[in-house]
Amino acid sequence: MVKDFKRIDMGKSMNKPKLKIKNLYKIFGPKGESFIDPVKNGISKQELLDNHGHVLGLNDINLDIPEQRIQVIMGLSGSGKSTLIRHINRLIEPTSGEITVDDEDILAMSQLQLREFRRKKTSMVFQKFALLPHRTVAQNVAYGLTIQGQHEGVAKEKSHKWIESVGLSGFEERYPSQLSGGMQQRVGLARALATDAPILLMDEAFSALDPLIRTDMQNILLDLQKDLHKTIVFITHDLDEALRIGDNIAILRDGKIIQKGNPQEIIMKPADNYISDFIKDINRGKVIEVRSIMQKGSSKGVSLDSSCPLEDALKILNNEKNNECSVVDDKGKKIGKVTLDAAISALFREKSLKKSEKYK
Amino acid sequence: MDWLAEFPSLGKRDLRDLKKGIDGSFREWSRSNGDAIEAFFDPLYFFLVWLEKLLIATPWPIILVLVAAFAYLGSRSWQLALGSVVSFMLIGYFGMWKDMMATISLISVATLICIAVGIPIGILMSRYDRVQSAITPILDLMQTIPIFVYLLPVVMLLGIGRVPGLIAVCVYALPPIIRLTNLGIRLVDKEILEAADAFGSSYRQKLFSVQIPLALPNIFAGVNQTIMMALAMVVIASMIGVKGLGMPVLQAVQNQYLTLGLMNGLAIVALAIIFDRVSQRYGQRLQAHRYGKEHE
Repeated sequence: MVKDFKRIDMGKSMNKPKLKIKNLYKIFGPKGESFIDPVKNGISKQELLDNHGHVLGLNDINLDIPEQRIQVIMGLSGSGKSTLIRHINRLIEPTSGEITVDDEDILAMSQLQLREFRRKKTSMVFQKFALLPHRTVAQNVAYGLTIQGQHEGVAKEKSHKWIESVGLSGFEERYPSQLSGGMQQRVGLARALATDAPILLMDEAFSALDPLIRTDMQNILLDLQKDLHKTIVFITHDLDEALRIGDNIAILRDGKIIQKGNPQEIIMKPADNYISDFIKDINRGKVIEVRSIMQKGSSKGVSLDSSCPLEDALKILNNEKNNECSVVDDKGKKIGKVTLDAAISALFREKSLKKSEKYK
Repeated sequence: MDWLAEFPSLGKRDLRDLKKGIDGSFREWSRSNGDAIEAFFDPLYFFLVWLEKLLIATPWPIILVLVAAFAYLGSRSWQLALGSVVSFMLIGYFGMWKDMMATISLISVATLICIAVGIPIGILMSRYDRVQSAITPILDLMQTIPIFVYLLPVVMLLGIGRVPGLIAVCVYALPPIIRLTNLGIRLVDKEILEAADAFGSSYRQKLFSVQIPLALPNIFAGVNQTIMMALAMVVIASMIGVKGLGMPVLQAVQNQYLTLGLMNGLAIVALAIIFDRVSQRYGQRLQAHRYGKEHE
């Protein structure tokens, strides 16, 4: 069931950034620009809304999104995550800030360049699928290609393999309304993959699906990603989903990033009470991997894989004579050891710093 | 305190002069430009006459076959096709065949003009809010102004006959298709439009591959309304010399010919029902994909 949580070896997660977001602000309202300075000086979201009628969408976002990895952006509704992802292909214009892709300034693009950028560099999967209801599955998947000006016949042929890769062979001539939600989103995913764009933007792509179907879709995505190595920006409000598919996670609250890091870092070192609360219900035994509690040194006997979850490690540790195991990386090289005590204490979640201190 | 009892108005003489002045200058203008304007509408006139003659000259069995084909292809319903043919036969049997052909040719041309003019205007309105707020009051005006008020200047300019009749019909029948095109495009799901944008569609691509297809049911409701309103204008158009089923109705009203009025009136109703059902069914079939088979 627990398909091994994606391995992150430290070397790879340092991939050079594909997408850089710097000092990004978005203030919704007719005079958004004039409130940049007050926001920089710390005016609160509520104050801005009550006194000036403007909504603070994004507040000083800085994020480097590494190439070929899955960057999850997580937050509850209203945290600005959908706003943020729409800045990457400029469906929403920022109030101020910088966004670059491969060191190319997105914000400096003309409408024509932007269109070309959207056709070739990015593609997007939507929460409510956003398929064209009057077109068949095959036509929907081919949509991005026809927009690029390819002949519909050619585009349909090319899109065939993507229909197959998401498991929809035989449904080519159906209409979206004849498919279940999960199948519709497979069409959405195939449509996004068909253009071969290196950046895939997924806006709560699986949030509208049943839990089981959602897990299916996550597996499809992770399987495809093994071959495709796309730079994926994945929005979700679901922590389990974030931990499962994210190579990196950024947590957003009230338009501000409050923590970014890989899943292990987020669980082991939550930045504040808000995040501690957020992660308090997860199954730590399944999520925490031994490399997060690894110490220096080595041990005789059985070796554990660095990405082995605690749940599995506990039994092995318990069986070992001195309750210690070596930890090896994916090439089999010893990189440290774990002890049973460390594993057990990692299962207890850290207490909130101050119980009384309540966030809004 | 006299001034409180009577509303301050432009003096009678001034008012008369104002009206006279405007009337005079319009008459002057129409006299000097009437020919040019008439010449401008000449192609339309010839087309109308040609279509009417063609319909009348076509042997009636062929017309009946065409009617059956049109009704069946539009609605995919045998009953409706049969009903249409029977209605046509009855109308012909009671001696109204030629008038019916004249009416059909007028309605067809009016509908085509309304589609050709109305849909582009509707698209423009949906794209620019400014155009929408400029055109909406004009549409309100077209729909509510008493018909005779604009019939008068049209007759002064173009005299009586088919073309002024056609213009009068179009003025009345145009608003629904404009409104419904605009509405239909504006109602297209925002998420789907966002998806089209995200894949880099140009405005044109978005319009033709997303907005218009998804707005078609509404646009078609507009076409349907336009046909209905054009038919409703048939009698009034006959007042300015348009031949067809309206003319006998007008005569009946003037001379108290009860049966004549009833027969022609019912013929108009029959035409209206046929056009309405066929175009409605066609519009429903256009959105068949929306009612796809239920899953699970």
